[in-house]
Amino acid sequence: MSTLQVLWFVLIGVLFSGFFFLEGFDFGVGMSIQTLAHNEDERDQLVSTIGPVWDGNEVWLITAGGAMFASFPFWYSTLFSGYYLILFTILAGLIIRGVSFEFRSKVPSSQKQLWNWALSLGSLIVPFFFGIMFISMIQGMPINARGDMTAGFGDYFNLFSIVGGVALTLMSYLHGLNYIALKTTGPIRERAKNYARFLYGIFYLGLIAFAILLYFKTDFFALHLKATLTFVILIVLLTLIANIAVMKEHELGAFLASGGSFIALVALLFTGLFPRVMISSLSAKYDLLVTNASSSPYTLKIMSYIALTFLPFVLAYIAWTYYIFRKRIKHNAALESRY
Amino acid sequence: MSIVSLARFQFAMTTIYHFFFVPFSIGLAVIVAVMETAYVVTKKKEYLKMAKFWGNIFLLSFAVGVVTGIIQEFQFGMNWSDYSRFVGDIFGAPLALEALLAFFMESTFLGLWIFTWEMVSPKLHVVFIWLVTFASILSAFWILAANSFMQHPVGYTIKNGHAVMTNFKALLANFQLWYEFSHVIAGAVVTGGAVVAGLAAFRLLKKKIKNPEFYKRSLKVGLIVTLFGSIAVITAGDLQMKALVNEQPMKFAATEGIYKDTGDPAAWTLIAWANENQHKRIWGIDVPYVLSILAYDKPSGAIKGLDSVNKQLVKKYGQRNYYPPVNAVFWSFRIMAGFGMLMLLVSLIGLILIRKKRQLLYKQSWMLWILGLCTFAPFLANTAGWLVTELGRYPWTVYGLFTIKQSVSPNVSVASLLVSNIIYFLLFTGLAITMVSLIVRELRKGPDYDEDHSNKEQKDSEVDPFDKGALE
Ligand code: HDD
Ligand code: HEM
Ligand code: HEM
Repeated sequence: MSTLQVLWFVLIGVLFSGFFFLEGFDFGVGMSIQTLAHNEDERDQLVSTIGPVWDGNEVWLITAGGAMFASFPFWYSTLFSGYYLILFTILAGLIIRGVSFEFRSKVPSSQKQLWNWALSLGSLIVPFFFGIMFISMIQGMPINARGDMTAGFGDYFNLFSIVGGVALTLMSYLHGLNYIALKTTGPIRERAKNYARFLYGIFYLGLIAFAILLYFKTDFFALHLKATLTFVILIVLLTLIANIAVMKEHELGAFLASGGSFIALVALLFTGLFPRVMISSLSAKYDLLVTNASSSPYTLKIMSYIALTFLPFVLAYIAWTYYIFRKRIKHNAALESRY
Repeated sequence: MSIVSLARFQFAMTTIYHFFFVPFSIGLAVIVAVMETAYVVTKKKEYLKMAKFWGNIFLLSFAVGVVTGIIQEFQFGMNWSDYSRFVGDIFGAPLALEALLAFFMESTFLGLWIFTWEMVSPKLHVVFIWLVTFASILSAFWILAANSFMQHPVGYTIKNGHAVMTNFKALLANFQLWYEFSHVIAGAVVTGGAVVAGLAAFRLLKKKIKNPEFYKRSLKVGLIVTLFGSIAVITAGDLQMKALVNEQPMKFAATEGIYKDTGDPAAWTLIAWANENQHKRIWGIDVPYVLSILAYDKPSGAIKGLDSVNKQLVKKYGQRNYYPPVNAVFWSFRIMAGFGMLMLLVSLIGLILIRKKRQLLYKQSWMLWILGLCTFAPFLANTAGWLVTELGRYPWTVYGLFTIKQSVSPNVSVASLLVSNIIYFLLFTGLAITMVSLIVRELRKGPDYDEDHSNKEQKDSEVDPFDKGALE
């Protein structure tokens, strides 16, 4: 196994972490449009908090997909063709949600509610099905000698994967609530905090179920006991911190902690997988490995040069954007008249 | 129905749909950037209005362009997994770089552009739209680098049955890439120009509109852009055509509908129809000499027909059907080139008609109608162009290396493909209807809508969360 193969395995993990950290709160805010806001003004206020950044956040996913294709083409091929209908559903969710930002600001008011629903439902579908995908994936899927996966309904949808889907959705929702508390003023800010206080209670149950199922349904504890334990504990700790921060009205702290738990989750999944990238339930022989699923050393080298040169610039202007839009959005005064 | 044909249908449907919006967005981004620059330089409010008005239409196109783009990236893995395994080592890199270098920049600065009209100085603000424009052109570059490899593979070897990259620079120096890139960007510029000119012409056809001067000025900008764009697109297209003669003789013969080798000099076929099963042309109208001139820049030289190219390919790559769908390629090419010529002509006449002091154009409703209808021409030309390029590559996905039949995901069921095709189709139809009705709505609102319905001042509406007291 070469350093570059490990580097790209880690980089893909980093890109997915960035995606869940950032787009996670977008999904949460999206779901809140129809669950937290009481009127159109509040909906506009919520959309304004993510209006300038959601597309950039989604690019983390596109980059993760592209990086996977470039550095682990066999992983990309097996995963994407194997999860055909799941990814198709995710795409449908991303589509209706992506256009709704622009459409809801421009349609006649009678149709606005349609696009509010599109935004909310899209934001719900995507994290739920990503949860299903990742959690069924770590349990092992029927992958044959060619690397083709032909799974049945029960392989995709089982108790653990559904718990995973619900947990990821709830995590995004909580992260979104923390973001709303940080980025707004007015009644919605208080409501977001109240919702969060209540939901953390339920989320703990999900976490316990998740940890137990992780023990019984995967080989993570057997293969990587220390790392797995560390990250499970880290997720619980970060959740506790976020919960306490919500109670103590420390909004930035709550937001960073709930974001951190996504990173810990991705780290848990990736360390557990390692050195495999896909687990075959038919035979360990057919597992896809970091060593045999990757691109050639030459491609990895070129990609590394370019990525490491330009990544700092990308991160810098993204950070600058968040700085520019650091202000809270007031009730009844959404950013720009168009939202 | 086989998975191959369903997957092909899906690819064609989703990319064609994506590519309605891509040139639309790129072209409008260029024009809006120019308009805003004019505002910053001259400080005339009129240009600001133009930038905002056309900017709104640009944003609609962009929104649909973005969401249909994500499908593209996923579908290589979803529908063409064996293809992705075969070329991933080479093909993945430009896609990853497109996301990293172009999409981040595009989306981030677009967010800044939309929301900072009142927050930053006009000089900085115009930089945002230029960065968006630059990034969208860069994204086209990377995706075309991937596509050019499929048309003309370079910088690789075959190892264990997979294509492996050996020379990244060769990938970027691929002449096919530079031809495609120039042609596609020029096509996008034409699209932007024709849309602005055409939509403005539709507005001017209405008797009672507010602010006709606004549309007249937009029309003029649109016409100028269309004129330069069509000259560029035709020039680049001509180069591509000449390259095909040697690189993909099959595609070239199909665009010209030639089954039997031509004599020397070669006659050019204006229109024709072929019986594809019998490999025979049924009828057609020929113009002597012209094809030699088009292909070789001189009135002599013969062109190989499909039949003899087929024999060559069989010898080189083995027994297989190498005939592309001739009529589709032939007519797509006629549509593309025909509309290219038409737009050149129309923009030229339009500009002549508005140059005179009497401004004849605005009194001629027939000319306004022609301009209005020309809004749709570049969309047809773009689609037709891709059909030539992609159908003409038949039976290959990567020319000479890997066939369409080998490329498809073997494990995806017909049912999955059918379901996704149907839902995509419904979704796309819904989006198209919404999108068109919203563009019409924006046009009806007109450029003065914001001023007439201006909201209260919002300056004091935001609180800095890092300020003391903000947390109370
Ligand atoms: C507004 C759009 C537009 C217009 C007016 C034209 N084209 Fe085009 N054409 C395209 C938009 C386009 C395109 C969609 O951008 C394509 C698809 C792939 C590519 O590289 O560009 C294309 C492909 C394409 C190809 C296939 C290239 C290949 O397979 O390698 C040829 C030979 C031409 N064009 C030639 C022409 C000529 C001779 C034109 C004018 C007389 C012309 N095109 C007008
Ligand atoms: C956006 C403009 C594009 C359009 C309109 C377009 C159109 C098409 C069409 C019509 C097909 C079906 C061809 C057939 O049935 O043989 C096709 C196939 C395909 N194209 Fe393109 N294409 C575009 C750009 C690209 C680009 C940029 C790539 C690569 C990055 C690409 C890769 C493919 C692949 C993998 C297939 C499937 C294999 C095949 O059927 O040939 N296309 N495309
Ligand atoms: C010749 C063909 C293509 C060109 C020139 C092109 C260019 C562009 C451009 C300029 C955008 C920005 C959105 C817009 O302006 O409407 C875009 C969006 C996108 N395209 Fe394409 N594209 C092509 C085909 C493809 C293909 C085959 C893929 C698949 C790999 C793809 C992937 C994407 C993605 C993922 C986005 C969304 C980016 C975002 O979220 O900001 N495109 N494309």
